Amino acid sequence: MLRYFIKRTGSLVLSLAVASLIIFTVIEIAPGDPASFMLGLNAQPETLAALRSELGLDVPKVQRYLAWTGGMLTGDFGTSYTYRTPVSQMVADRIGVSLPLALYALALAIVIAIPAGVFAAGRHGRVADTGVMGATQLGVAVPNFWFAMMLVLVFAIQWRWFPAGGFPGWDKGLGAAVHALTLPAIALALPQAAILTRVMRSSLLEVMGEDFMRTARAKGLSRRQTIWRHGLRNAFIPVLTIIGLQFSFLFAGTIIIEQVFYLPGLGRLIFQSISARDLIVVESVVMLVVFAVIMINFIVDLAYAAVDPRLRSRT
Amino acid sequence: MSLLQIRDLTVRIGDTLVLDRISLQVAPGEILALTGESGSGKSMTALAVMQLLPQGAGISGEITLSGEKLTGMDEAALCRLRGRDIGMVFQEPMTALNPVQTIGAQVAESIRLHEGTGPAEAARRAAHLLDRVGLPAEKFPLTRYPHELSGGQRQRVVIAMAIALRPKLLIADEPTTALDVTTQAQILDLLKGLAREYDTGLIMITHDLAVVSQIADRIAVMKDGQIVETAPTPQLLAERKHPYTRMLFAASAHRVSLPDVPPGPPLLRISEVSRSYAGARQGLFARAAPTRAVRNVSLDIRRGERVGLVGESGCGKSTLTRAILGLDRVDSGTITLDGTPVLHDGRPDRAIRRRLQVVFQDPFGSFNPRHTVGRLITEPCFLQETQMSAARRREATAAALTDVGLQPGDAERYIHEFSGGQRQRIAIARALILRPDLIIFDEAVSALDVSVRARILDLLADLCRTYELTWLFISHDLSVVRTVADRVLVMQAGEIVEQGPTETVFRNPSHSCTKELLAAAPVLNLPPAESELRV
Amino acid sequence: MNRQLVSGLCLSGFFILLAVLSLVWTPFDHTALNIPDKLKPPGGVHLLGTDHLGRDILSMVMVGARTSVAVALLALAIGLILGVPLGLAAAARRGSWLDEFIMRGNDIVFAFPLLVMAILITAVFGPSAVNAIIAFGIFNIPVFARVTRGAALPLWEREFILAAQVAGKGTARISVEHILPNVSNMLIVQGTIQFALGIQVEAALSFVGLGVQPPTPSLGRMLADAQTLVTLAPHLAIVPGVAIILIVLGLNLAGDGLRDQLDPRLRRLRT
Repeated sequence: MLRYFIKRTGSLVLSLAVASLIIFTVIEIAPGDPASFMLGLNAQPETLAALRSELGLDVPKVQRYLAWTGGMLTGDFGTSYTYRTPVSQMVADRIGVSLPLALYALALAIVIAIPAGVFAAGRHGRVADTGVMGATQLGVAVPNFWFAMMLVLVFAIQWRWFPAGGFPGWDKGLGAAVHALTLPAIALALPQAAILTRVMRSSLLEVMGEDFMRTARAKGLSRRQTIWRHGLRNAFIPVLTIIGLQFSFLFAGTIIIEQVFYLPGLGRLIFQSISARDLIVVESVVMLVVFAVIMINFIVDLAYAAVDPRLRSRT
Repeated sequence: MSLLQIRDLTVRIGDTLVLDRISLQVAPGEILALTGESGSGKSMTALAVMQLLPQGAGISGEITLSGEKLTGMDEAALCRLRGRDIGMVFQEPMTALNPVQTIGAQVAESIRLHEGTGPAEAARRAAHLLDRVGLPAEKFPLTRYPHELSGGQRQRVVIAMAIALRPKLLIADEPTTALDVTTQAQILDLLKGLAREYDTGLIMITHDLAVVSQIADRIAVMKDGQIVETAPTPQLLAERKHPYTRMLFAASAHRVSLPDVPPGPPLLRISEVSRSYAGARQGLFARAAPTRAVRNVSLDIRRGERVGLVGESGCGKSTLTRAILGLDRVDSGTITLDGTPVLHDGRPDRAIRRRLQVVFQDPFGSFNPRHTVGRLITEPCFLQETQMSAARRREATAAALTDVGLQPGDAERYIHEFSGGQRQRIAIARALILRPDLIIFDEAVSALDVSVRARILDLLADLCRTYELTWLFISHDLSVVRTVADRVLVMQAGEIVEQGPTETVFRNPSHSCTKELLAAAPVLNLPPAESELRV
Repeated sequence: MNRQLVSGLCLSGFFILLAVLSLVWTPFDHTALNIPDKLKPPGGVHLLGTDHLGRDILSMVMVGARTSVAVALLALAIGLILGVPLGLAAAARRGSWLDEFIMRGNDIVFAFPLLVMAILITAVFGPSAVNAIIAFGIFNIPVFARVTRGAALPLWEREFILAAQVAGKGTARISVEHILPNVSNMLIVQGTIQFALGIQVEAALSFVGLGVQPPTPSLGRMLADAQTLVTLAPHLAIVPGVAIILIVLGLNLAGDGLRDQLDPRLRRLRT
């Protein structure tokens, strides 16, 4: 188990290092100098040089990379070129919207998908199964941002149950904040729930064909008991992988959904920064998202070991 | 009074009739063997008794267990009965256990489910059961997971689960088919002992007539969903009334006569070959000790000689085969064919490889499903210096197919259109097409039904007469090796522990390992007068 | 052929035909402005209505579908051309440093969510349809590499590969002659899935301004334009949205149907 943990941690660190290097390199080859962009066309060479040194643009690239990653590790994300405020502060404000939204959506997706998948697998080949499968087929095809627009049209404009957009902030109370995030979370969650339902169902069906399920039936367990006691835990192994992948999808997906609901999250920040060519913000937010994805996959790997004893004893 | 009574049991799946008016009885403490070739309906009978037939199966007739009617019983009542009154052991020990639960939990589950026992008491009884089936708690604690056990040990766990509540009836479906002979002997002893001790009726399903004749009190022979003959074991062995029974027993005991060929000059020379594999990584720098798959093996095969190689799984047979074929390097020692090494600086010598061919075990996995038979059997032609013309190639293909008893027209067909036995013929055609000096048969008849196997062995003997073949026949099945080899080698833990003329080794084994192997292998002894019958 | 496959092919085929047809004919010029006829609801001369500039929506959907299909197909080609050989190589050298290197590389690419990749590329090169293709193309590479490797690994354990080795064939030749034909089923199925995903990705990227740029119409751009007008004229959002759903639904159905058709073992699972 310890060996497994150490190995996973090693690959986690390596992945983070490589990913940061890629992000840094890509941003480096971006055309244009942030300093001259900020000062406009008529900037004096001296002011330009002063700003460049203030932004830390005049030191060698290797040193800059090390300074950037080193800073990230201590929570210092640098200073925004446009707003001249610490990036970490800007990110901290925005992530308070994006991360809860992604988690809310993931929770919704799991709560819908697991029972639906188990239900469909248990009624394999019957009308209920066909119905669930048809619904998921449709759910997979619906783009989440379009679904968001339709939700706004119906629940915000027609029936006025939910706000059409905006975010009151967490200081206005948990209820109001959750209320504002509900439509976006549903829009994000439903297509993912459709995918997860299908994975859950097929994984369980696969497990139901295994020899050990027949052994369990021969012991005297009913069909339902066999599924709950022996099927589910085995069926969860591929489902975990998908949940891990879905988190990264949902986290990135908030970037689009925020556009529909005018939410002040990371997505809005990143688009503002792109148009302002505030690349240090783009760089840091991208790194943050990638970090989150890698961390989630790391956690999923550990969860595997909890579910599957075969992994614990292997290297 | 009989324990299990099956009357006119008929099962259909879709339009196929899988069981046709089966009638059977089993008495308490009696061991009934249900035998027949694949597809005869043996396993279906077991599933019908368990009332675990696949969905959509239509069933008629009557099954009663100590007077209680199982057919038409409601599901809840059946669940109470399964595991308590009827236990079942399956063929594949590697997959029959839940991989994410400890063996203790799985054995205890049967007890807790039926008797509502508390966890501690159930665990205590599980430990006792595992001890009874030969897995003492000191060496095999309840917290072990299935993947930490060998196939034989897992089968013991499955048996412990099945007998946990001392069922009146135990069904064992090919329980030893996936196991080595020595393990098989132990498992059979265990099952027999348990049946006697608990006065449990045992239905033993197996295709292996030697096993049947050793363990069963009574035998039922099945064919195409029907029971063609049933009688107490000694009587059935002596009489063999039904033609199919006669054919089955004759095929099991089938011997071929190889032509006498005076051995020529040495062809394959293996001298002091060793091969080990790196051990599993343990931590950053440490590794487990390397496994020595083959240790200091030396052997010669002369031209015209038919050599057999026997040994249990993991004894190094496949490593040696790969090394002879030049697919894998060796750590030390040399392998030469006619004086030329099979590997030159780690690269195979094409001229040598042309003279070596192989026939594999799996009639389903050894062909690319997307190529025609013609393309499949001419694959070795890739090794020729100059490629054959299309016409020449067609001729060679037709000749090779005719040699193995197929039609030249079969070259245009795809492999899925052929049965297991026909596929093995195609594999032999592929091996023969370049007229190699040496053919390796790697468990080549192990996956076949006995009647098909008998015909393939006949084919090999015929081909041997026509082409004076030299072969190395690798098998775990001693009875097969005995009939196709002039000389036999016994391998254990990477070493050749004994070799000599086949009959000498089989009659007077000198090494303890050979003795053990021969003692464990079930033998089919038929009354002599009857065994004269040919297939 | 099964019902799923037929209905899927019909549905997606219909839209692909419309897209191709737009090369030679559309009911109206999709760029022609006609302010007096703006925001007409569906029905009448303009079958699916007009947008805020009076442009014919049916014509725009036809041309937009063409753009979306082209983006998805080109990205698919990038993924296949680079991903499949990588997967074959990793499987052929399974367990070696090469395999490890390819798979680690895949993991790194997977760590970049698609949208983040598109954002990075856009941040550097500016938004364009080509960059959307590159972003999704890069995303497709590890997808196909994994599918290929995953399907090829069990094949390498099969005896017919051993038979080919005994026949003196090298790793590369075996990969092409024996492995590739046997993984092609999986690739076709995965290909339809990635094609469908490509349609959605194009829409999403264009919706947030990272993909196709004006004046080229695309289904995603139409939705972006519709966002501010959706309360006034819901059909502006509904029509392109339904078009996307139907194309994707058709492709996914076809993919599932194909999988059932090609792999009898999976037929009973119907995933």
